Amino acid sequence: MVIDIDNLSLTFQTNDGPVHALSDIDLQIDEGDFVSFIGPSGCGKTTLLRVIADLEQPTAGTITVNGLTPHEARLKRAYGYVFQAAALYPWRTIAGNIALPLEIMGLSKAEQRARIAKNMELVNLAGFEKKFPWQLSGGMQQRASIARALSVEPDLLLMDEPFGALDEIVRDHLNDQLHQLWAKTNKTVVFVTHSIPEAVYLSTKIVVLCPRPGRIYDVIESDLPRERTLDMRESPEFLKIAHRVREGLKAGHSYDD
Amino acid sequence: MSMIASTKRRFDIPALLAWFIIAMAAIALFSPVFSPDFAITEVPRLAICLVLLAILGVRYELGFMRNQVGDLILGLVAAAAAWLLIDTAGRHVGDAALGFWTLTAATWASAWLFIERLANWKGMSPLASRFIDLAIPALFGATILVLWQLIVTGAGVPKVLLPAPSEIWLRLTTSVPILWADFQQTFMKAVLIGYVMGCGAGFIIAILVDRVPFLRRGLLPVGNLVSALPIIGVAPIMVMWFGFDWPSKAAVVIIMTFFPMLVNTVSGLAASDAMQRDLMRTYAANYWQTLFKLRLPMAMPFIFNALKINSTLALIGAIVAEFFGTPIVGMGFRISTEVGRMNVDMVWAEIAVAALAGSLFYGLIALAERAVTFWHPSIRG
Repeated sequence: MVIDIDNLSLTFQTNDGPVHALSDIDLQIDEGDFVSFIGPSGCGKTTLLRVIADLEQPTAGTITVNGLTPHEARLKRAYGYVFQAAALYPWRTIAGNIALPLEIMGLSKAEQRARIAKNMELVNLAGFEKKFPWQLSGGMQQRASIARALSVEPDLLLMDEPFGALDEIVRDHLNDQLHQLWAKTNKTVVFVTHSIPEAVYLSTKIVVLCPRPGRIYDVIESDLPRERTLDMRESPEFLKIAHRVREGLKAGHSYDD
Repeated sequence: MSMIASTKRRFDIPALLAWFIIAMAAIALFSPVFSPDFAITEVPRLAICLVLLAILGVRYELGFMRNQVGDLILGLVAAAAAWLLIDTAGRHVGDAALGFWTLTAATWASAWLFIERLANWKGMSPLASRFIDLAIPALFGATILVLWQLIVTGAGVPKVLLPAPSEIWLRLTTSVPILWADFQQTFMKAVLIGYVMGCGAGFIIAILVDRVPFLRRGLLPVGNLVSALPIIGVAPIMVMWFGFDWPSKAAVVIIMTFFPMLVNTVSGLAASDAMQRDLMRTYAANYWQTLFKLRLPMAMPFIFNALKINSTLALIGAIVAEFFGTPIVGMGFRISTEVGRMNVDMVWAEIAVAALAGSLFYGLIALAERAVTFWHPSIRG
């Protein structure tokens, strides 16, 4: 088991009183899983991901990552994190950006070069090493940020709506690439999204969250085969899972406010 | 091709300028050029000047040689007319009459016309257009100097009020050893050393304030207070503390440059956004790694702002501080004593040196800024 979350809650103290961002979360994520968190805005899906990454501290409950606390796991660089925006540093070339975590880890120059080449190849960016981020399209920037996360060579990849800002066509393309990447490397991926087709297409397990307080409404184990193609999105099995996700989102969403 | 560009405008400025030149030349023909009662025919140089300008104006209006060769001839005529006017004015100081002033106006208009035409040259190689981009402000500056010269000599403005550029130039070239000694004393010692120490201290304190949060509350208000000190009050005290020589001036420069650097660096260090800092956290980067790999690069546009502001502040501070006691060398010392001796041309020579040094200093920092913050949207364009 890679991630084990037990009875976890997180309450933010704000000027307007406490906000229950997460409440009584129980979740297990196994090695090689592709898990999507889906839910409306404010349901705590990003917060949950940030708790796993030790970017937020839970106020109650326990969580382990690779059997360690999130803090220890972060210090051991157990995961790669992909943010909503590419967050590439504009003064570094693409290769320089991918080298950033490797420099911090203190790897040798030769090792850095080898990892940069390998991961740029993996996200189909070979040949763009010397370009600066602002010379690339949004999709390419996000791919570069994925290569940067992968270059740490983590077994766990945390992705926070990485394709949220991209258009449908680029998004399909990157989903396909991400799926192949996952199938090839057998990493564990935790993926935050609010797109139902994206979640169903990519995931082996879909966690539907609902807001106020942020909690898990449904956990759907996908029975789709591990190998997937974009055409599968028209198949009855796919639509059945998508329907269940949509029902979960509808039921969990309170429209009173 | 430039015809198309000029006809699009509401006013065809080049054509208006050419008419203006013809009109001014015509007035000069029938007016005295110098008092008492020198007609244009009695001053052969100005007669040549008038003929050249008249031909130039008529030629342009007739549309003859409206090409780059014609434009170059235009520039040569403007330069020749300027030289003829300056030369004759030097022999009739303070005697200029209507004809002289109309010729001056015509020369000015022809220089304008030349620059106007030059700015519209098309289809140049990158090197040539770069050269023209530099030539236009240079010509503009030269035009102002010529007008200054003509007005001061033509009207006979007393030297104490405003010396002519030629007198300032003469003083500059004959006093090189004095000016160089002053420059060394004020710029190379007080300004540069004070600048490096003031900016360096501001930068280091900014890092300290950032690293030790309680200092932010303690040190920033003190820095604020130091910046509010009036230089006129501080300079004499610094002279008491550090003596007459350059260290007291460097101290004033340090006080003036410290605070802009501190404030800019502090806000620059806060310029990175939450996502960028979270990214460094996910890599388990420590404080110094985050500082050097993220926050300092991010702060560079702010730091260069301070460096640029400080480059001018430092020069002002060092020169003004020398008014309050100094050995008998230094730009500020020279300015204050030569004013007292009515040697205003020397004061202007020092001003010219200070302006040149200040501009070069600023320009060097701006160049460094372009190289370091090439990635910033304001520079990458």
